[in-house]
Amino acid sequence: MAKKEQEAVFTPVGINTSNNSKVEKSVDLPEPTKKTHKQLGLSDDEVLEMFEQMYLQRRFEERAMQMYQKGKFGGFLHLYIGQEAVSTGTVFALNDDDDIITAYRDHGWGLVRGVTPKEGMAELFGKAAGCSKGKGGSMHFANVEQHFWGGYGIVGGHIPIGAGLAFANKYQDNGRISTCFFGDGAVDQGALHETLNMSQLWKLPCVFIVENNGYSMGTATRRHTVGEIHERAKGYGMKSAVFNGMDALTVYENMKNIAKEVREDKMPWFVEIRTYRYRGHSMSDPQKYRSKEELEEYQKTDPIERMKSYILDKKIAKKADIEEIENKVEDEVLEAVEFADETPFPEPEALYEDMFAGEPHFHDKK
Amino acid sequence: MAELQFREALLEAIDEEMGRDESVFIMGEEVAEYNGAYKVTEGLLDKYGFKRVIDTPISELGFAGIGVGAAMNGLRPIVEFMTFNFAVLAADQIINHASKVRYMLGGQASCPIVFRGPNASAGQLGATHSVAYDSMYAHFPGLSVIYPSEPDDAKGLLKSAIRNDDAVIFMESEQMYGLKGEVSEEDDYLIPIGKGKIKREGSDVTVVATGKMYHIVKQAAAEMAKDGVEMEIIDPRTIKPLDIDLIVESVKKTNRCVIVDEAHPFGGLASEVGFLIQREAFDYLDAPVRRVTLPDVNAPFSKPLFDLWLPDAKQVVEAVNAVTYRT
Ligand SMILES: Cc1ncc(C[n+]2csc(CCOP(=O)(O)OP(=O)(O)O)c2C)c(N)n1
Ligand SMILES: [Mg+2]
Repeated sequence: MAKKEQEAVFTPVGINTSNNSKVEKSVDLPEPTKKTHKQLGLSDDEVLEMFEQMYLQRRFEERAMQMYQKGKFGGFLHLYIGQEAVSTGTVFALNDDDDIITAYRDHGWGLVRGVTPKEGMAELFGKAAGCSKGKGGSMHFANVEQHFWGGYGIVGGHIPIGAGLAFANKYQDNGRISTCFFGDGAVDQGALHETLNMSQLWKLPCVFIVENNGYSMGTATRRHTVGEIHERAKGYGMKSAVFNGMDALTVYENMKNIAKEVREDKMPWFVEIRTYRYRGHSMSDPQKYRSKEELEEYQKTDPIERMKSYILDKKIAKKADIEEIENKVEDEVLEAVEFADETPFPEPEALYEDMFAGEPHFHDKK
Repeated sequence: MAELQFREALLEAIDEEMGRDESVFIMGEEVAEYNGAYKVTEGLLDKYGFKRVIDTPISELGFAGIGVGAAMNGLRPIVEFMTFNFAVLAADQIINHASKVRYMLGGQASCPIVFRGPNASAGQLGATHSVAYDSMYAHFPGLSVIYPSEPDDAKGLLKSAIRNDDAVIFMESEQMYGLKGEVSEEDDYLIPIGKGKIKREGSDVTVVATGKMYHIVKQAAAEMAKDGVEMEIIDPRTIKPLDIDLIVESVKKTNRCVIVDEAHPFGGLASEVGFLIQREAFDYLDAPVRRVTLPDVNAPFSKPLFDLWLPDAKQVVEAVNAVTYRT
């Protein structure tokens, strides 16, 4: 066989190709909403609450990162920094008893669904007072009582589970809907496709939401998945949407409408929210796959700074009021760190607790 | 002999085999442009290009299956899993297809494929990232399972695995990639699959361990030697085929045996070796065989619970003391 001129190439090539230092954005952000909070039915106070919530998520994680670097805890630490508008806009749009389930990038979701900063930080430290008793750590924040079903570490593993939550809601006819969040990387898992098909076929009241933050570890979205993510829905005849995730009001507006429809029509949706992760995939990521310029480009659209400007522009509050909120959050987070440091580790017996509901059994326990 | 890190020994093996056989290629998450999540594939993309060093999406079932099909159709894929905890998603391809296709087609097809990546726990990574799967794969006919403990074993066995004409599960450890050791500089260094190795000679007790557990045992052996107890450490290196003869021979000499296995206790390497010893060396045993394993509990995150969960040198010492009636 004659030697071919061009060798076969399988995966789209990426990181090492020069683009003359042009910022090649890994994810295109659609325009944010032009509506004001009033037009969206949000009060001034609610906007301030949204700001506070986002600021809490940010400061909590910045402190967590410091504590990790100081060696206060080990394991993985995946930060949500940059994506806070998604969790915040969503939770304000949902009913309090609607279900939420997500992947391991879960701190923001926990905090906005009732995990206190103390319980969250204690979980990171592996302490008994943590939201999951120190058994789960960073990847497994949860507050089941408030319908936050937790963070999961196997990419795509929780997608069918999200549909299962919706199945139970439909079965029990309780009026609740379920929302299942996952990354752009998870879109490539077979579990997604099986789940979308069954959800449409079985008319499950579930919203499947991709938080497209531009990367799956070191792989830019265009290098790991084909086409436009939200268009996957077409193949299943499922309703879909794509919108900007760097603006909490945009997330709120869209999620509010979608939740209403899902509740009324009892049919699933597939949604792509475009956002950006500022930090590395986890703490051990040298981030050689993106340029500083690219990161800075997205930081210009920071959801927290954006909300702050909005509050000032719309005269919802004064600069001093915002600072007061910031100081309050800062204190709360510092208290949480102190608490996490001092509160005890689980007792040795805890190793065998939470394995079974009833009489536990352990093979060959001595 | 050259001193190499475990990851470097693996890289040499892959590099040499890719160099000598065009049908060998490697694919997995972040293996190419990122140079490997644990840098095992560092530099391979530059050397062999995009055709033979392939980044995959997070689609374990899909790319494992594409590997199986490619292997059946004339290639020799090396499929890297970021950890074997994620290979669970590909279990259908490994267990239902790679291990069975030759047999069910009456010998018409081959499946020369290596599934490799880190196995078992790597610190506080929680319940879903900490499972040892070596014994589970060893359960299935048609698969070879290799879990080396030192760079030299890793190099010689990985080269053999890549040349093997059937599916091989090749296991590593995140915590061993940086481990240094002397590696043979012999040209085309191959270690036969299925041959264990006496890693330390001793007369008082046989201790069987492989992979990461070997290093815990080594630590315990150094401690016990101070007390005058000489452990004979046998590293089977391959879980399947298992070099039971080597183990039995040693037990006939020491009359006592402890197996250390980073798996849960039910139906693992430890129970299999224990069974075979009682059948093959019953009359030689001076004490019941003991094992050190994980408890029958999922991996906790919290540091003190995790430390309690993971087998350590202290537990090995206790088990050795028990079989030598020193307690
Ligand atoms: C089944 C499986 N394969 C691989 C991994 C390793 N891994 C963890 S996160 C990740 C990237 C996921 O990216 P994405 O879904 O975009 O989520 P993001 O991290 O951006 O939030 C990978 C490959 C895993 N946890 N589970
Ligand atoms: Mg992503």
